[in-house]
Amino acid sequence: MIRKTAIAALGAALAIAAGLSFYRSRHLAEPVVPGAGVSRVATLGDYFAPIKGTVNDAHVYVLEGKEPGGTVLLLGGTHPEEPAGRLASWIFAENAELSSGRLFVILTANRSASRVTRLGGAYPPDFTIPTSWGGQKFRMGDRWSDPLDQWPDPEVYLHYPTRQELAYVDIRNLNRAFPGRPNGTLTEKTCYAITELIRREEVDIAIDFHEAELQYPVISTIVAHEKGADLAAAASMFISSLEGFSIGVENSPKALRGLSHREIGDATGAMSLLLEAPEPFLDATRGRTDRKLLLTGQDEFVVRAGKRGLLFEKIDEKGWPIDVRVGRHTSTVLQLLEIWSGDHPDKAVVVSGVPRYTEVVEKGTGAFLKDPKSADPAKVAYE
Amino acid sequence: MNTIVTVFYYLMTAFVAVLLVRNFLKRKSWQEEALYIIVLIPFLLRLLRLK
Repeated sequence: MIRKTAIAALGAALAIAAGLSFYRSRHLAEPVVPGAGVSRVATLGDYFAPIKGTVNDAHVYVLEGKEPGGTVLLLGGTHPEEPAGRLASWIFAENAELSSGRLFVILTANRSASRVTRLGGAYPPDFTIPTSWGGQKFRMGDRWSDPLDQWPDPEVYLHYPTRQELAYVDIRNLNRAFPGRPNGTLTEKTCYAITELIRREEVDIAIDFHEAELQYPVISTIVAHEKGADLAAAASMFISSLEGFSIGVENSPKALRGLSHREIGDATGAMSLLLEAPEPFLDATRGRTDRKLLLTGQDEFVVRAGKRGLLFEKIDEKGWPIDVRVGRHTSTVLQLLEIWSGDHPDKAVVVSGVPRYTEVVEKGTGAFLKDPKSADPAKVAYE
Repeated sequence: MNTIVTVFYYLMTAFVAVLLVRNFLKRKSWQEEALYIIVLIPFLLRLLRLK
């Protein structure tokens, strides 16, 4: 009996330790100090009531210029396991100021997916971006909504409204569920709320931040709906000659449904673009899946795969650090907005205060995160 | 429909957890006892909606 009690106690200790780790990861509050340019913080539930109060009632940071102009939506955290997208949108929410137009920024489009890590993936539960005031901790997140929030998965996922057959697990993938369904799953409702935001606010450009494994052919690129192909091509040329890095352009395939770059462009008046940066952490041939790999993008096994011609992006011992990936996103958005504003003066969206690629790489992402302890507590939001 | 499936899923999870506890109590060797306890942990975490 003593032996059984001892083993049961050991098991209970293991369960409590694991449970605490999962609970803390799921409930880690990430502070956001909205910058001077943020005029209000709405939520997705303001655009689609059934999502109100749910885990996916994400904050929408609204920045408005004094002059009228166009409207742009930035989507971070569609796939929270691609942290450069969330961090880039964080920088916009905390630093951007507008002189004309409006900017809507969502930092965690799929909050449910940000509160879980990939099952069996041995992901770290969180990571910390170093700052001058000590560092800010973020949830690691996953590609799919948490099964605790949306379950069960079907045998085959039929995309709404096209009924295209997709992988069963993608019923919890925000970037396979656009334009969304008002009476659908949590993920579909979240997409519907975002689509409603785009329709009601008459968004001109929707930009979805992503990262991709180097073994995936769609990488270091702007995926553009046909409505945004010219803008993306111009941005690609300017970025490649002015910003210090290269980025390509891909046409959004018409036959692959549910993705933001296809469905938002088809279902709304907005042109939809999706940005991909390289993230070796996601490569199947990676080594240890830890915080260091997430932040440095350095992995000898992925380098080895590159030497064998198995990758669609270059990699060396320097890896793909998080600052490089975040800087690519901020510079790409700034170039897109500058070109758009030059071509459409009546719909201009003029942004200042956001660092470009070279500045993010030089100073680090943490230099552009605000210290919540020195901010007015009433103004601090939590993701 | 999803709600009904989910309720049944949690009932099945609880049922398997009870079986594991019962088998743990019946075992005579410490290796088997440890095995049942380790297998039980993910069932408990799911029932408590922690993972």
